[in-house]
Amino acid sequence: MNRLFLNKVVLLLSTVSALIGIGFLFWILITLTYKGVASIHLSTFTNDLVEGGIRNLIVGQFTMALIATAVAVPLGVLAGIYLREYGGNSKFASATRTLSDVMTSAPSIVIGVFVFALMVDPVGTFNGWAGIVALAIMMLPIIIGTTDNMLALVPQELREAGIALGGSKHKIILQIVLKAAKVGVTTGILLSFARIIGETAPLLFTSANNQFFTMDLNGQFPSLTVSIYNLATYPDAESRELAWAASFILTMIVLLINLAGRYLTRNKH
Amino acid sequence: MRGRLFRDFSLFSATLAFFLLVGIFAVLFTYAQESLHTFGFDFLYTEIWEPGEDDEGGIFGGYIPILGTLMSTLIAMILATPIAMGIAIFLTEIAHAKIVKPFSIAIELLAAIPSIIYGMWGLFYFAPIVQSLFGGNGVGLLTAGIVLAIMVIPFMAAITRDSMNTTPDVLKESAYAIGATKFEVIKDVVMPYSKGGIIGSIILSLGRALGETMAVAFLIGSVMTLPGKITDPTTSIPVLLANNFAEAQDLEMSSMYYLALILFLVSFIVIALAKFYFLGRKKY
Repeated sequence: MNRLFLNKVVLLLSTVSALIGIGFLFWILITLTYKGVASIHLSTFTNDLVEGGIRNLIVGQFTMALIATAVAVPLGVLAGIYLREYGGNSKFASATRTLSDVMTSAPSIVIGVFVFALMVDPVGTFNGWAGIVALAIMMLPIIIGTTDNMLALVPQELREAGIALGGSKHKIILQIVLKAAKVGVTTGILLSFARIIGETAPLLFTSANNQFFTMDLNGQFPSLTVSIYNLATYPDAESRELAWAASFILTMIVLLINLAGRYLTRNKH
Repeated sequence: MRGRLFRDFSLFSATLAFFLLVGIFAVLFTYAQESLHTFGFDFLYTEIWEPGEDDEGGIFGGYIPILGTLMSTLIAMILATPIAMGIAIFLTEIAHAKIVKPFSIAIELLAAIPSIIYGMWGLFYFAPIVQSLFGGNGVGLLTAGIVLAIMVIPFMAAITRDSMNTTPDVLKESAYAIGATKFEVIKDVVMPYSKGGIIGSIILSLGRALGETMAVAFLIGSVMTLPGKITDPTTSIPVLLANNFAEAQDLEMSSMYYLALILFLVSFIVIALAKFYFLGRKKY
């Protein structure tokens, strides 16, 4: 009797914690939608921050994230290829794998500090390039990790078939192995993009923020997330409303990219 | 020829990745030199953070932000661990197969929401609740700890679920066959089997909580004072960096780098411990 009762209690507690978890998701999404939708007007998308809109912020955030992706993807995929196809279990490959894996969870604010020291301090002004580098550093280890893991899933027989056909090593990697791992690698890229598009800490003192529309990466660059941080702490109601609108749009973007990534791999589980 | 080039390019990329972490350590260490020389290890338990006259000299100690970081993380871990375990147990042992998938996706989406959203939501919706329940002015260690917990729960639950899922069904079935209840199977079969993974997921979440900036920045109060009680405002290393790093000068700036170095070092140890000692390298 006693152990049956204990069993019931534990199962009940587990179910309750599951409900708490899901409850928070809905609580956050509902308040965000409610506050966000109420604060969105057409002018939110057509005006820049200086006129109470977020047009320049969205353009700025995407510009930095996309250029960061363009830098991090080739480097990350190539590094992943090296680790899996060339390095194997050599000391250098294992060490790089370890360090890169740890970097995946490194505090993002420290990456901001690092890039500040290298790219802001010497030139004396916040700039978009520094923001891009900070985001690319966040993205790189994630892409290396997924590429490495996805290439490991490709059956050895495919490589052997390539060798039997007389293909050179780099041709086999590019035309057979990478092709077989395409979906997994693409998903990794999408998920890491979803992660950096919502990052704030590495941008605070690299690209900082800009109220105006600009494409000049040598100066302060507009950022959606940094603006949310600033706007939410201003006392006036209009700034807060704009912060809610921006948060809602940011969350939708992040969740949609995530769902797209999951949709790509839907048959893999 | 082209094959050679391709190999060299990939080697170059891997080398870059290798030197990234090493480079961050080197840069932080170099820029922290002035503070390291001036304060040494006393920095760790000095409570004072005061710039000198005309930005010359001054005394800087990291005790308050270090304590704030540790305390908010501790509160978060105490609250998050039982709930995350509960969610993992629910997903692996209780829930009907039909709801496991949508539920798992929901938990993973929760983990994907940017931390700044947690911070802002916490400030406007959660801080008032904490204030009415526990007093204080709403922002402080406790609020930061609770919202931090909400943030790491889905992350911890997802990794714990994955390790619990590795328990072979045969083991569980043999326990059921001799009349064990579900709880006994979880306690005596699943938990011992996936112990390493569970501890690893807790430590990895701890590493994440230590370095979290934005969720905490809204909620901890950002003041350089020691908290007398749990609802008092204080600050943490990431929050101090987020708010004051760019404006700091000379010795104060160097002390900020010192703090960043401490945070990076501690995170490195915690993450490496979790990933390589407990979770083990993923094998395919």
